[in-house]
Amino acid sequence: MTCAPPDAVRSVARARGRGAARVRAVSAALALAVLAMFTLSLCVGDYPIGLGDLIASLTARGTPAVDYVVHRLRLPRAELAVLVGVAFGLAGTIFQQVVRNPLASPDVIGVASGASVGAIALIALAGVSGPPLAAGALAGALLTAAAIYLLAWRRGVTGHRLALVGVGVAAGLNGVVSFFLTRTDVKVAAEGLLWLTGSLYGRADHVAPLAAAMAVLVPAAFLLGRSLRALQLGDDSARGLGVDAERRRRALLLVAVALTGAATAAAGPVAFVAFVSGPIAARLTRGAPGLLPAALVGALVTVTADFAAQHLIPGAQVTVGVVTGAVGAPYLLWLLAVADRGGRRR
Amino acid sequence: MNETTLHTEGLRLGYGSRTVVDGVSVRIPPGRITMVVGPNACGKSTFLRGLARLLGPVAGAVYLDGKDICSLPSRQVATRLGILPQSPIAPEGITVVDLVGRGRHPHQGWFRQWTPADDEAVAAALAATGTLELAERPVDELSGGQRQRVWIAMALAQRTDILLLDEPTTYLDVAHQVEVLDLLADLNASEGTTVVAVLHDLNLACRYADHLLAMKDGRVVAEGPPADVVDERTVTELFAMPCRVIEDPVSGTPLVVPVGRHHVRKTAADAPASASSGPR
Repeated sequence: MTCAPPDAVRSVARARGRGAARVRAVSAALALAVLAMFTLSLCVGDYPIGLGDLIASLTARGTPAVDYVVHRLRLPRAELAVLVGVAFGLAGTIFQQVVRNPLASPDVIGVASGASVGAIALIALAGVSGPPLAAGALAGALLTAAAIYLLAWRRGVTGHRLALVGVGVAAGLNGVVSFFLTRTDVKVAAEGLLWLTGSLYGRADHVAPLAAAMAVLVPAAFLLGRSLRALQLGDDSARGLGVDAERRRRALLLVAVALTGAATAAAGPVAFVAFVSGPIAARLTRGAPGLLPAALVGALVTVTADFAAQHLIPGAQVTVGVVTGAVGAPYLLWLLAVADRGGRRR
Repeated sequence: MNETTLHTEGLRLGYGSRTVVDGVSVRIPPGRITMVVGPNACGKSTFLRGLARLLGPVAGAVYLDGKDICSLPSRQVATRLGILPQSPIAPEGITVVDLVGRGRHPHQGWFRQWTPADDEAVAAALAATGTLELAERPVDELSGGQRQRVWIAMALAQRTDILLLDEPTTYLDVAHQVEVLDLLADLNASEGTTVVAVLHDLNLACRYADHLLAMKDGRVVAEGPPADVVDERTVTELFAMPCRVIEDPVSGTPLVVPVGRHHVRKTAADAPASASSGPR
């Protein structure tokens, strides 16, 4: 045992290297795709902008008209799409891996609904709009997550119980959202409804607060995320490997809940981005996904969906959440059809 | 040679208000193979989880090198004591080399990433368990025997002085059971690793153990070398089942032959005079 045959060591290093190389290649390709879609969404629109003009504008050498369209209209929207996508992608993957259940993403088990209730309550009761909504969304997400965790607790938390309790809580909270909407002025309700479908339109002032929150949360997610490799093997194995499973799980979920709350506050509950990012990343990397590919998939899905929402139907703009919902819902149905009780694929 | 010691004093373990292990004080012989045996629900798996600090004691303590294991940093414990739980979970789609590599987790820190020493430990673990050629296969696709060897490889990659295993041969056919136990014996012989395993099969436990812990109703009722511990009276009391104990023709260790209500030869010539618990 003390020394392995050198060719065995080499073949292990090669096998590991191939896996790592695949993750790197997938991440690089995803990053390029995000960049391409980002650029495309800056160029395409009622006022088309060429690549040359775009670069000139981004390097502060543009004409006032181009500058206005790029810096005021399109750039904040594209930036927000990337930030929201990364936040949801990370949050969803962390939830799914910690809970070991593909159904347990924050948008399915009610954490995003909790954020919605928090924000809608502020809109309906206090007439708040803009970045202060983040406080309500964050508080709603945290309270809901805590409630789900406690309700699912029975000498520890298992994946399918957390998912079931979460789905129930989500249904209840959606009822609360409807209650608020029916009890308020039509104009306020319309604003709330638009926010609820997940929209990136006219949210420029949300970019800075979200970026600030993510500057703290994203590094925390990646640092804590290293213990996911142990947590995925079950609590006993994780503790055997020296990971304090319960404490680490709570810390990871806290970060994921905060990411969900912050992103929901900025763009509304963009449906299913958190839910699909991890599984897509897992398919691409062929194996347990790292957080980086999942975050990039989240960004790509959101930027692409927002681009489609703006340009797919000529003359009619839909919100980004409608597009992601249309893509995500069939996936949810498929997963429910093929998953067993524990939520694993049969 | 292996100097790491593990012992318990008045260890009581339970779930909620139910006590499962009650007042166990034992010393695990360092560098030897210890097998924990006993009837279903005697608390042997719970005892092993307690030894591995997966379950905190209600009373008493487990001591690793003389220090209360619960007071030591978990990661530090994980470099000296490894545990293979009864039903570990393999994430979907994970490859063998990735899974075994996770055994290196306690040796890596916030800043210390993967090093050639980790590759070396993984390669040695794969070679020792005969799973080198499976390195890039997904764990989902392996047979039960292969999968169990891969999990043991992960525990080996952890490179601990003490290795605890909870029923490592469950769900394996007899050939794979012997293969896994041979592997543990090899590891013990070549590295001096202290092995503690919960085992259902009393005869295989007798063959492979240097030291036997027999448990019943949450207590250790007998311990020592199998030849000293296993006799007809002890086994009959332990499992509430009449039996005969003969010499294993292969290993010379005790071999327990259960006596049920059927298929018992009636001829007096076959019953030895010493049989105290033969058929009535």
